[in-house]
Amino acid sequence: MEEGLTPNKEEYMTTFKNIFATRWGIITVGALVGILAPLLQKLGNPGNMGVCVACFQRDIAGALGLHRADVVEYMRPEIIGFVIGSLAAAYLFKEFRPRAGSAPMVRFVLGVFAMIGALVFLGCPWRAWLRLAAGDGNAILGLLGLVSGIWIGIRFLKAGYDLGRSQPTYAAVGWTLPLIMLGFLVLMFIYPQIPGESKSGILFYSVKSPGSMHAPLAISLAAGLAIGLAAQRSRFCTMGAFRDLILFQQTHLFLGVISLAVFAFIANLVLNQFNPGFANQPVAHTMGLWNYLGMVLAGLSFVLAGGCPGRQIFLAGEGDGDAAVFVLGMIFGAAFSHNFGLASSPAGVGPNGIAGVIVGLVVCLSIGFTMRKKAA
Amino acid sequence: MSNIMDTRGLSCPQPVMETLEEMGRIKQRQIEVLVDTDTSRENVMRAAKSQGWEVKEIKPGQGEGIFGSMTVFMSL
Repeated sequence: MEEGLTPNKEEYMTTFKNIFATRWGIITVGALVGILAPLLQKLGNPGNMGVCVACFQRDIAGALGLHRADVVEYMRPEIIGFVIGSLAAAYLFKEFRPRAGSAPMVRFVLGVFAMIGALVFLGCPWRAWLRLAAGDGNAILGLLGLVSGIWIGIRFLKAGYDLGRSQPTYAAVGWTLPLIMLGFLVLMFIYPQIPGESKSGILFYSVKSPGSMHAPLAISLAAGLAIGLAAQRSRFCTMGAFRDLILFQQTHLFLGVISLAVFAFIANLVLNQFNPGFANQPVAHTMGLWNYLGMVLAGLSFVLAGGCPGRQIFLAGEGDGDAAVFVLGMIFGAAFSHNFGLASSPAGVGPNGIAGVIVGLVVCLSIGFTMRKKAA
Repeated sequence: MSNIMDTRGLSCPQPVMETLEEMGRIKQRQIEVLVDTDTSRENVMRAAKSQGWEVKEIKPGQGEGIFGSMTVFMSL
């Protein structure tokens, strides 16, 4: 290593001081998401979907034409902001570590089924909490499903589940997803939304809700960047919250999601967006069993891949090429979901949604059973 | 004398699981844990403290580039 590149010990120790890694740090980040999401909804994002990692990746898949469900097509700048914000934080705090090579193909498949499960419920864990905080009672079964899926995943972890080690790699590998996202942003400027038009150049734009509902681009991007920065620093993870609580009786990450829920609840009350009930909730259905099982599948996929959809994005931003593959898996999973009739709608599960969940559970359980260090 | 654990490249929560397992198993009251991300370092340190262990020192890895690994030294 060249002299000068190595930080001296004092510098090194100061880089270890990370206020976001403290209890109040993670609570602050949860509060940030909890307040920004209802505000983004007020500014135009869909109902109880101020921020939703799965839904927004699904909308990106639609904007690209990977699926042609014309109600969910929009290049969500929040997702772009998450990746770039995380990348910026990683560089600012010398944490950018390009790495890859831990069973990327399996992570892709886990991403696909994570999305399929999330779209049967209609939301990632972030949105599950946001739905609950806005009074949508259907979210309760979704969250119970999430915890159940995580519990199953923990059985596998305890039995030696392991996708193998990642290896350090070229910086360019870590930059790949951020550059793809920047490319998407550039496409939004080249082909901006034309009111009333369903296509601008090569990008698709919904003219009907919820894909047509969005906050102004600059605000969405700024909110995404802020959350990306803060979440990279704090390691905020809605799957790790329950995993660490169950596995280690550790409350650190859990405090973050509770903070998200509490602050979102307060923000919804203030913004007059709290409507308790089960029926007619925005972008939600009342088929309890499938709300539950969809999130069982999603929760299991998240554990097997080591992070919730948001966390995978932030990991990708700090150089984790395997997490980036999971992100792409989710985007392709959204395409499968809508092309194959797996995704739910306010009317209930899609025509093939139940089959999708069953296939997903079989695949994820197989991954859990066959990829074990101790069994090998 | 201390045991050296290499958790580099492992996904969450494996570095913590392996560290906790080692803490429960060894007779030596000292462990060195190699980590390759700050997240793993924080998680391992948090786990150590929760078990009443003390983090003695954190040392940057040798000859692995600026994006290299770190070693967390801890003892009971």
